[in-house]
Amino acid sequence: MRRRTLLLGALAAALNARAEPQVIRVEAVKFEFRPDRLELRAGVPVVLELTAREVAMGFSSPALGLHADLPEGKPVRIEFTPARPGEFEFVCDVFCGSGHEDMGGVIKVLA
Amino acid sequence: MHGVNRRNFLKVAGFGGLVFASGLGGCASRAAKSEADEFYFVQLSDTHWGFQGAPNPDALVTLPKAVEAVNALDEQPDFIVFTGDLTHTTDDPAVRRKRLAEFKKIVGELKTKNLRLMPGEHDASLDRGEAYKEFFGAPNYSFDHKGVHFIALDNVSDPAGAIGGQQLEWLRADLAKQDKDSRIVVLTHRPLFPLYPQWDWATKDGDKALELLMPQRNVTVFYGHIHQEHHFKTAHIEHHSAKSLIFPLPAPGSQPKRAPLAWDPAQPYRGLGWREIEAADREYKIAEHPVVKA
Repeated sequence: MRRRTLLLGALAAALNARAEPQVIRVEAVKFEFRPDRLELRAGVPVVLELTAREVAMGFSSPALGLHADLPEGKPVRIEFTPARPGEFEFVCDVFCGSGHEDMGGVIKVLA
Repeated sequence: MHGVNRRNFLKVAGFGGLVFASGLGGCASRAAKSEADEFYFVQLSDTHWGFQGAPNPDALVTLPKAVEAVNALDEQPDFIVFTGDLTHTTDDPAVRRKRLAEFKKIVGELKTKNLRLMPGEHDASLDRGEAYKEFFGAPNYSFDHKGVHFIALDNVSDPAGAIGGQQLEWLRADLAKQDKDSRIVVLTHRPLFPLYPQWDWATKDGDKALELLMPQRNVTVFYGHIHQEHHFKTAHIEHHSAKSLIFPLPAPGSQPKRAPLAWDPAQPYRGLGWREIEAADREYKIAEHPVVKA
């Protein structure tokens, strides 16, 4: 009985490891990210799918080591696994117009 | 004014106060420079002509007042540099050109006619410097003045805030003509080092420019962008940012957003200003000035 439990546990872990990471879609529009607050879990892989629909933009979170140029109209994927809990800012780092400097958000990583 | 000596400089700078002195050391063979090699220049930055908003209800007169203050100097500088964001950004190319034209007219009132300009992202990032170049020519260039080699680097015409491979090659070729002991001053808009990338206070490939500059033994960088004084060293290279002439920004990371500091009617123009930079031997002395005298 104990052996069967262990086997089931190993199977569940393997399936979990193979599960596709959650995809979170974020739109970059003049001049905000939608959504601009993301909640993730430490140790859980995730894919951010970022799309700038109007003009080229950028996505940068130096504290998380994330960066992507977002060409106009073409989704860009960033796969990563948050390592530690905390709140991490992100900004648009490609000058996109008059509201560029206010364009940012926060990734909250839960334990 | 040509060949100002330090005593005169301090006198000129007296009302602003000498707030920073940069000692670059120097070797004995160059220690006894003549006064003919001493000079000073003025740095104005981030004038954001065309800005309208609560952070500066006097935006229409701030730049003219600064021009008036520079013109009132007893001895005029050898030249005046503007380290970018001459105008405030607009999505309308016609308005951009109108602002650039107005800016050019206002700074045309400066007594010193030797102006060295460069763009900021507000001037150049939305059209890759097209309008800026129509008014002021190339955004990167170099020139020599009394024993100092000045290099203006453009890290804003690329909206991603990079210098770019082509310009880096130009920089490499320009530096190749210099002796390793040459006095080099780099003028640019964004910081070349990652001052605070969370607020986009960096140059994407600034590390490559610094790598090219590293073999030079005497390099000082004057820049703008962050609307406040900041003094920093990467290895032996000094970096000095200037105040703005539109609104001050918070110290890096001191608040959640890089929003402008509020205008204080009791102390108008607080946090704004321009500076004199005296170059003598291997020293640069910076004297900060307010927009208007207290």
